[in-house]
Amino acid sequence: MKSAVVVFPGSNRERDMLRALETITGTRPAAVWHADRDLPDTDLVVLCGGFSYGDYLRTGAIAARGNIMPAIAKAADRGVRVLGVCNGFQILCEAGLLPGVLMRNAGLKFVCKHVDLEVANADTDFTRKYEAGQVWRCPVAHGDGNYFTDPETLKRLEGEGRVGLRYAHGTNPNGSLNDIAGILNERGNVFGLMPHPENMIEPLNGSTDGRALFESVLEAVA
Amino acid sequence: MIPNDVRITPELIAEHGLKPDEYQRILDLIGREPTLTELGIFSAMWNEHCSYKSSKKWLRTLPTTGPRVICGPGENAGVVDIGDGQAIIFKMESHNHPSYIEPHEGAATGVGGILRDVFTMGARPIAALNALRFGEPDHPRTRHIVSGVVAGVGGYGNSFGVPTIGGEVNFDPSYNGNCLVNAFAAGLADADKIFYSEAKGVGLPIVYLGSKTGRDGIHGATMASAEFGENSEEKRPTVQIGDPFSEKLLLEACLELMASGAVIAIQDMGAAGLTCSAVEMGAKGDLGVELDLDKVPCREDGMTAYEMMLSESQERMLMVLDPAKEKEAEAIFVKWGLDFAVIGKTTDDLRFLIKQHGQVMADLPIKELGDQAPEYDRPWIAAEKPKPLDPADVPAPNDIGDVLTRMLALPDMCSRRWVWEQYDHLIQGNTAIGPGGDAAVIRVENGPKGLAFTLDVTPRYCAADPREGGRQAVAECWRNLTAVGAEPLAITDNLNFGNPEKPDIMGQFVGCIEGIGDACRALDFPVVSGNVSLYNETNGKGILPTPAIGAVGLLDNFEQRVTVAFKAAGEAIVLIGETKGHLGQSIYLRDIAGKTNDRSAPPPVDLAVERRNGDFVRTEIRAGRTTAVHDISDGGILVALAEMAMAGGLGASVKPDAVLPLHAWAFGEDQARYLVTMPEKEAEAFIARAGKAGVPATRLGTTGGNELTLNGGVPISLTGIKAAHESWLPAYMAAGAEL
Repeated sequence: MKSAVVVFPGSNRERDMLRALETITGTRPAAVWHADRDLPDTDLVVLCGGFSYGDYLRTGAIAARGNIMPAIAKAADRGVRVLGVCNGFQILCEAGLLPGVLMRNAGLKFVCKHVDLEVANADTDFTRKYEAGQVWRCPVAHGDGNYFTDPETLKRLEGEGRVGLRYAHGTNPNGSLNDIAGILNERGNVFGLMPHPENMIEPLNGSTDGRALFESVLEAVA
Repeated sequence: MIPNDVRITPELIAEHGLKPDEYQRILDLIGREPTLTELGIFSAMWNEHCSYKSSKKWLRTLPTTGPRVICGPGENAGVVDIGDGQAIIFKMESHNHPSYIEPHEGAATGVGGILRDVFTMGARPIAALNALRFGEPDHPRTRHIVSGVVAGVGGYGNSFGVPTIGGEVNFDPSYNGNCLVNAFAAGLADADKIFYSEAKGVGLPIVYLGSKTGRDGIHGATMASAEFGENSEEKRPTVQIGDPFSEKLLLEACLELMASGAVIAIQDMGAAGLTCSAVEMGAKGDLGVELDLDKVPCREDGMTAYEMMLSESQERMLMVLDPAKEKEAEAIFVKWGLDFAVIGKTTDDLRFLIKQHGQVMADLPIKELGDQAPEYDRPWIAAEKPKPLDPADVPAPNDIGDVLTRMLALPDMCSRRWVWEQYDHLIQGNTAIGPGGDAAVIRVENGPKGLAFTLDVTPRYCAADPREGGRQAVAECWRNLTAVGAEPLAITDNLNFGNPEKPDIMGQFVGCIEGIGDACRALDFPVVSGNVSLYNETNGKGILPTPAIGAVGLLDNFEQRVTVAFKAAGEAIVLIGETKGHLGQSIYLRDIAGKTNDRSAPPPVDLAVERRNGDFVRTEIRAGRTTAVHDISDGGILVALAEMAMAGGLGASVKPDAVLPLHAWAFGEDQARYLVTMPEKEAEAFIARAGKAGVPATRLGTTGGNELTLNGGVPISLTGIKAAHESWLPAYMAAGAEL
């Protein structure tokens, strides 16, 4: 599988993501500079974690208007898989590729810890290697992960199985609606989540449960 | 002759923190009255913070070399060889005064400054830690400072993208008007690609990199070299504002630039900004420096030469560039959206020449500004040697379970989770042991090596007996690295004291340095970098002497690491080291028995025993013969045991010493001790090996259950102590939110 990681000024988990993708797919991903207007030929575009543009204005707001974004939107239209992790999720929401917003954590503080994630829908391109209802541990590290949207959109997300992952066992770290940790677009090829599966891929991390997320995409594009 | 438009009065000289004899020295040096800009430059270079004028004499006594030391003190950070062509670059630095005045920005820029020190040398930062000391919890400002400092540290490190993996948090009334924020950073570099600040070559371009210069932080270093009075709040404009986003860009741009081969010398602009960085580069290289301030990128119009030379705006670097690669270098900075400007050149006349609008604003001898700053041999008096305390004079508790629960919930002993959960301690994906253990461990990119990091000092020991306290601070670092299986490599010291012009304070400083030197020599643990912060006083009252030590250790394979958590039920618990029940200066004495002003002796540190016991423990860890290890420090055996139990979610049943009073055995703080667990069937052989090595090893008990039981007495519930341990800090901070 060919993958590409987009680097914005202020991205800071691009090295984690590049390493995870290379470890799991066996192929070195391309690093794409935000100022470029074209994407390389790829099966998966990843927007990684960080503080693009320092989180100034609103998280993800400036990056969402970057040169590379129209190319990502076009790729998503063609059905290319797009994954946004943490700041990447925030950027996808700001760019309108996913509905809703990520607000300041309910506790008003940055939070870095392990949470339990429940696979709310195992029938997606990003979760198919998990069992439905499976609970796995994964780190979060963010100040703005409190997912919010209007009641109608929330109803659609839930009704259409577009909530991929949920915080389980009362471990919601940010006050997110319906314990939402990750959501899909209508077509199911764009996925955004706050937790960091790229930091849960080898025994050093405490578990390898994050791998299945990338392996799901690997299987989906095969 | 430079025209003087401002008359230099005695008041102006005093405002610049210069003593009359220091001003005379300036007059003698330049043979005329200085301009205001020149006076500012002298004050920036000759203040305590930049010149180390009170401490130099004593710092020179510390051991700074060793087979692994590539670069000791004097550069931006220390450099230590970790094999395979790699080096670890690290330093710790204080940002105390700014953090008290403006906690969030003060702490944030402290982190930013230390990260810059590390990446200026060509290293990618891989770990950040910080030692934080606050006033007593009930002091009206403490909550505000804790909240701001923690958010500032986290806000900067999290955005920059370095894991913040450990440190210390303590509370004491002596910090009520003067908190301590000591930030440590470490970075990884190739041993043959280290960048230094010494300029080389005449007529080469001096390049300004990073963010623009503004009016923030003017005289920050001078402010940091003075005591606080009633009006410290008014000093807020001297605090710098941090921008971790720019720093991250600066990191990437600098590393890219260094890889291009364009960099001849590089120095970050920290304290005293443009002045200090330019003078250091020139003075070290025996070169003059000429700067044209019209070329300096400025945030606002109309800045004077004085303001530009003294601004401490953050995220800036100064560099001597290979002229052949100027275009290439500029392209890298433009790509990262940062300022890049040639603002001057190196010269052969050893002058520091500053021009603005075509006029000379300063023309000073560069060597005298830099390496030939004043130096003092301040008078000092040694504190009286304290007497040991007889445990029989310390009241015994009625209910040991109740005391343990209270101890684990003390401000100085409770869980720091509330703090470190605000720090991204997992970024970069190499965190092998995160916050909360003896030392944190980071895998060296791609393994198998690991690096261990810890920060330690016990200020109450230093206050009671500076020399013993200095020894203990280093020994505890060494022990904490050992307890995770690491070979201790080297240390950085961050020496926080009161006013050195007072002989008793200077005596504390001298005593602590002597103690640090003793321990470093005995443990082959050289000092490779450091920082001195003096004048930590408010209204004439000094802080506890706080020589914070940051230490780095090496694991050949990170998989060898052990943590403090009990791993399985039915395992043997063995105590390493001798227990005499030393209660002098203990947490028990101060916080449970309530003897806050006790003058008894702290636990003595026998460095030979320290080394023997530690070497044995490390060998056992590396041979894979231990399942959990914890050093015994604040709170003694019972607290260490409780921490292991809480971390592992497993209880233990132990048998206290039959001779010592129970509270002395349980809470005494004798040094050179560890608790170690191993499978039951291996315990006998372990104890036999210890015996052969001359190391005291006592079978203490067995892991298992949900309780701690002493001698079959009333069980202490893990749930109860854990709740107490975890809840104090969040509850304390939440109570503040309601006020």
